[in-house]
Amino acid sequence: MSHVPTPSQTVGPFFSIGLSELCRERIECVPADGQRALIRGRVLDGDGEPVPDAVLEIWQASEASCGDLGPGTDARRGKIPDGFGRIATNERGEFQFSTIKPSARRDEDGLMHAPHLAVVLLMRGLLRHLLTRIYFAGEGTNGEDAVLQLVPAERRKTLLAAPSQENPRGLSWDIHLQGERETVFFEA
Amino acid sequence: MGKLPVFAKVPAGTQPEYLNPEYRSSVKRAPTRPLILLPHSLSERTGPVFGQDCIGATDCDLTAQHAGAPLGERIAVSGRLLDEGGRPVRGALIEVWQANAAGRYLHKMDQHNAPLDPNFSGCGRALTDSDGRYQFLSIKPGAYPWGNHGNAWRPAHIHFSIFGDGLLSRLVTQMYFPGDPLLALDPIYNCVSDEKAKQRLISSFDLATTTPEFALGYRFDIVLRGRDATPMET
Repeated sequence: MSHVPTPSQTVGPFFSIGLSELCRERIECVPADGQRALIRGRVLDGDGEPVPDAVLEIWQASEASCGDLGPGTDARRGKIPDGFGRIATNERGEFQFSTIKPSARRDEDGLMHAPHLAVVLLMRGLLRHLLTRIYFAGEGTNGEDAVLQLVPAERRKTLLAAPSQENPRGLSWDIHLQGERETVFFEA
Repeated sequence: MGKLPVFAKVPAGTQPEYLNPEYRSSVKRAPTRPLILLPHSLSERTGPVFGQDCIGATDCDLTAQHAGAPLGERIAVSGRLLDEGGRPVRGALIEVWQANAAGRYLHKMDQHNAPLDPNFSGCGRALTDSDGRYQFLSIKPGAYPWGNHGNAWRPAHIHFSIFGDGLLSRLVTQMYFPGDPLLALDPIYNCVSDEKAKQRLISSFDLATTTPEFALGYRFDIVLRGRDATPMET
């Protein structure tokens, strides 16, 4: 490795100038069949206050998103690639998006990957982005998932989108940046 | 997954810590519990691939998005997108945004008492070419005050957002200008401990890309997280 990597710097409070063109709350997926899931939540800071200037990037990988397909193939239709969504929180710290729930898959090493979405979280105050995941509560393969196994049992629920009273037709998943219910964040 | 990248570890000190009390906004937003080490699976080794169809005709020329020319010092910002091994990153989407020459963003939450410029929106997009090169034409952004501490001013900067070969090479950063006296005072710039990595954030004046009678050239090469150099079995 001959080149030192460029450091991350905060996205700052005014990212919508540059990033809103590619915002999208409906994530198109390949394959397009399957159950559509509406996920809603809030981003909350260490005082439990809503974060009105966060942006979430959702990445839903599929076999079709493997790089060897390359640009211009079926993995990308229209100007925003399939499997990708970018959502800014509103003034109440809320976000929502919908997607087709991904399938469970077993990788070539035999490891189980329960249905999940990768989440990149950016905001003023974060000098580098945070990485987390959304899993689906009640999913049978969660118990075997290679990543959930690495998370202390009492913290796994911070990664689960689940039906709730406020959101009976969809799934709720809040991000707590700090505190008792601090969301699990990853380094990779 | 043979063709997917296997990402190398991030070299120590080259990226900021989440909590940096000098940067006040990090105090209530930085995670407090240890991060959990994530093995690299399909979700991390792939990422969105953007195409030419997400780039509009004037997206790489921030001076040509309105009826008139924006006020300010015209600049050409260009460089190469590389990985740590020095390989060009091709076809990568770069998004940029910045304040105008007076240090004001076209954003409803920007309260700085400096004029907006009706001829400047301050955002652009480009894809890197087959050699990893990109170029934007813009105007030099102004410094502006912020509320982090008494008499705090952000050094002039352009925000960059880059999608590399996979989710793990995602990078959002800021480009600064050489010789800016505000850099030494800026907690965001100074959050990185590795001196060489910090220098990466500062563009260099470049006579070769300076166009006579027209625009000053600044060069800003960007290095994304690289692939694992560990020899693979063949």
